[in-house]
Amino acid sequence: MTDAKTETPLLDIRNLEKRFDLDHGLLETLKFRKGKFVRETRSVHAVNNISLQARKGEALCVVGESGCGKSTVARLVAGLLTPTAGEIHYDGQRIDNLSRAGIQPLRKKIQMIFQNPYASLNPRMTIRQALEEPVRHHNPNASAAEVRDKVTEVMLSVGVDPSWAKRYPHEFSGGQRQRIAIARALTVNPEFIIADEPISALDVSIQAQVLNLMLEAKESRGLTYLFITHDLSVVEHFGTRVAVLYLGSVCEVADTATLFSNPKHPYTRALLSAVPQLKDDRPNHIRLKGEIPTPINLPKGCPFQSRCAFAGARCKSEKPNAIHQPDGSMVACHAVEENRLDEMAAG
Amino acid sequence: MSLLSVRDLTVKFAMRDQTVTALNGISFDLAKGERLGIVGESGAGKSITGFSLMNLLSRPGYIDSGKIEFEGEDVVKMSDKRLRDLRGNRMAMIFQDPMVTLNPVLTIGQQMIETLMAHRKLSREEARQIAIVKLREVYIPSPEERLEQYPHELSGGMRQRIIIAIALLLDPQLIIADEPTTALDVTIQADIMELLLELCQSNQVGLILITHDLGVVSQMTERTLVMYAGRIIEQGRTREIINDPQHPYTQGLINALPQQTVPGQRLKQIPGNMPGLASIPTGCAFHPRCKYATDLCRSQIPEVVQYGDLKVACHEVQRLQADEDRQEVRA
Amino acid sequence: MSETVIPNDRPSRWSRMWNSNMGYSFRRNPVAVVSMIVFLMIAFAAFLAPVIAPYDPYDPANIDIMNSEYPPIWVDGALPEFMLGTDDQGRDLWSTILYGTRLSLLIGICAVALQAFLGISIGLIAGYVGGRLDSLLMRLADIQLSFSTLMVAIIFLAVTQAMFGSDTFNRYAVVFLIAVIGVAEWPQYARTVRATVLAEKKKEYVDSARVLGFGPLRIMVRHILPNSLSPIFVISTVQVANAIISEASLSFLGLGMPPSQPSLGSLISSGFDYIFSGSWWITAIPGVVLVVLVLVINLLGDWMRDVLNPKLYKG
Repeated sequence: MTDAKTETPLLDIRNLEKRFDLDHGLLETLKFRKGKFVRETRSVHAVNNISLQARKGEALCVVGESGCGKSTVARLVAGLLTPTAGEIHYDGQRIDNLSRAGIQPLRKKIQMIFQNPYASLNPRMTIRQALEEPVRHHNPNASAAEVRDKVTEVMLSVGVDPSWAKRYPHEFSGGQRQRIAIARALTVNPEFIIADEPISALDVSIQAQVLNLMLEAKESRGLTYLFITHDLSVVEHFGTRVAVLYLGSVCEVADTATLFSNPKHPYTRALLSAVPQLKDDRPNHIRLKGEIPTPINLPKGCPFQSRCAFAGARCKSEKPNAIHQPDGSMVACHAVEENRLDEMAAG
Repeated sequence: MSLLSVRDLTVKFAMRDQTVTALNGISFDLAKGERLGIVGESGAGKSITGFSLMNLLSRPGYIDSGKIEFEGEDVVKMSDKRLRDLRGNRMAMIFQDPMVTLNPVLTIGQQMIETLMAHRKLSREEARQIAIVKLREVYIPSPEERLEQYPHELSGGMRQRIIIAIALLLDPQLIIADEPTTALDVTIQADIMELLLELCQSNQVGLILITHDLGVVSQMTERTLVMYAGRIIEQGRTREIINDPQHPYTQGLINALPQQTVPGQRLKQIPGNMPGLASIPTGCAFHPRCKYATDLCRSQIPEVVQYGDLKVACHEVQRLQADEDRQEVRA
Repeated sequence: MSETVIPNDRPSRWSRMWNSNMGYSFRRNPVAVVSMIVFLMIAFAAFLAPVIAPYDPYDPANIDIMNSEYPPIWVDGALPEFMLGTDDQGRDLWSTILYGTRLSLLIGICAVALQAFLGISIGLIAGYVGGRLDSLLMRLADIQLSFSTLMVAIIFLAVTQAMFGSDTFNRYAVVFLIAVIGVAEWPQYARTVRATVLAEKKKEYVDSARVLGFGPLRIMVRHILPNSLSPIFVISTVQVANAIISEASLSFLGLGMPPSQPSLGSLISSGFDYIFSGSWWITAIPGVVLVVLVLVINLLGDWMRDVLNPKLYKG
């Protein structure tokens, strides 16, 4: 999708893969099969050959259900995990194979906000300590006054009263903690923020507050977001582009407006139809067969075939590649490629 | 006659240094086969309401005053023996996390058959047959095999179906579902909700659905209670509440949803947080977060007034009528 | 339940401690309160021994062999100046017990400090780094645990005693005892700390620290360690009690403190020879002190384990 535009993306994920081995050590890998011992390692295929780009100033949302690998993508980009294969480039520089020293400058540029505000702040540190620590770490020469000014500035910008700095996280509510966690990420003046389900642990009225805060930060600081969520209504509101993941593979990538007005992949359609709507009475819910298979033994072919109403012989044998569509979206589906989807729906 | 009638239910928690009021004068009715939604944010008291209805509160919580009449009998005053008969047999509960409800060391069959045999005079084989019928009702494929399986062998959606089958086992009059799909994925959630709706309708079972998700309430229920800080602040027909809410909190809650705003624009947030039980503000508990608040709101707890089809606890309902935010929800 | 109003005046550290969960459950638990009072009394008396004790049991000039084996004052034939009687060498038993308790506590606490230092460092590294280093360190711990503390201590002390001769050994007995008890029990700490570190490492605040670019040492010491303190406190109390018993056992076997500088264990041991000649108090009174001391420490440990997460302790 980027080849139409000459501008290089800020974040470029190329053919990313991540497997987690389930069996460790010789004894666990040893299995008894057909009368002999064989060595075999089971592994979870969390992320399979994912390519994604995020341009500067964009909010790229990654949606999917549990086990689709969306959090793993976030952790890979944040450098918390190392990919099994593939590359991650940030601003033209490959970042997935950097040493700890080499990655330091990037730590100021790429920051992360976590899902659970009850776990993402160190319970034994006051708010001031938690906020001053990253400033000091990245600006060792800063004077005490400069550090304090920076902390006061970010606290004000996220709407937390600086006079609360001496308190511990347990004295705050979930929404306030998430503000503080955002403040902590902002202390190093990042340009790219990975947000892993930042509002799903919060109440509805607080979700709106935090989402607004993130929108404000995006505008005033020119941030780019990689926003991981399972909540499609948030995506529609927050994202500029959306990637739909299923079982570690990308189903569809499109501009938010395009995806919501004209979803193409059968999974995207089912997902959109499943969101409980406020206003209309009867949901037009597309029922999916069965449930998400485990990512331990991935089926050959399309990962979605076991639940797809349009699955054909080709879907069982060949994994679909993401194909450009006329409206700029990319869809990985044989049925869409062969135009079977709308024919069937019509017939 | 209504199936369930709750009058002035007050639940307190005896904490270390003080006693806090978790539910304050809750009153509502439920007709036979009616589906009622209880909406609110965490700390509003919606789960405590569910527990109180079955008299399941445990220390430090206790029912301080009020009546819970179920089929004409006061649950609060029931003996332990009557309560055991009530729970499961006439009223069933579905919890958020299916793994907590199912016993991990017993097979599905053991759990279902033993529940049946404890409440009914049945032989093991008869109980087994009923269990199979119930599993079929919740669309579990090959139920005979499932009976032999342990909970951990099943997927999350399957487990929640089995929980529903267990809840329906003794043909209860009322099912209380506390966030039954919060732990599940969107596509599975839609399936489960559809199933629950279908079963309640076909068997004339009453449903109390406790949730924070207004979309779910909108699709599942006929009537809705909105709770805030231990009180019901608004109740009435679900459609009315969603389309034309009267209480500023309900309006705020609906307006705060991302669907209510043009993408990319600021969401209409409610400032502040839900108060803790120990620090509920004077007067109307919502007044510190309410833009319509007057001195009256700050000093006096609002009475519940009938307003159109809705019962609303707000001093300023009339003044609000003309306000633009409300118009927006309606639009 | 979320709060909204946070009062802006901060109570003092002391009153926050008093009102915290721990302070509250302490006040509500009479066993813990009594244990704490008894422990503090013993500890104060022991550390103020040079001030309180009427005689200096280490000073030969104070000791008169003619005063030996006087009974405590409530028994017939006692001398009023020896409250708890005298031992076989004519030392005032009260003074000797005070000095002995001081030695026992000192050895116990220092040995535990050494254990804690070794165990926490090893446990943190094993838990945080993981992989082969973790396996190696934990297998070492298993090996260490499969020798009983006393067995290791007896062999080590017997060998050192033979190597350096009894005079040198007696001079440095305190150091040897601390070293051997300290080294023998580090796996207790290492295993507990490792288990907590594994649990803490998965929490998001550790990921958050990593994303902010902090180094492993900083994350271990500043972030993970402060959150692993509860189980460390719990095992520390139990370990102090254990160390005091180990020291007493070793001294009783003649491998610990020499009779010229008796700890509680060596006092019990020296009185043991006279128990059948009627001088039961030389053994019995220090024995009671030892039992009470160990008991109150263990009771405090139990209380602390109940208050701080009990699951972590077992892990």
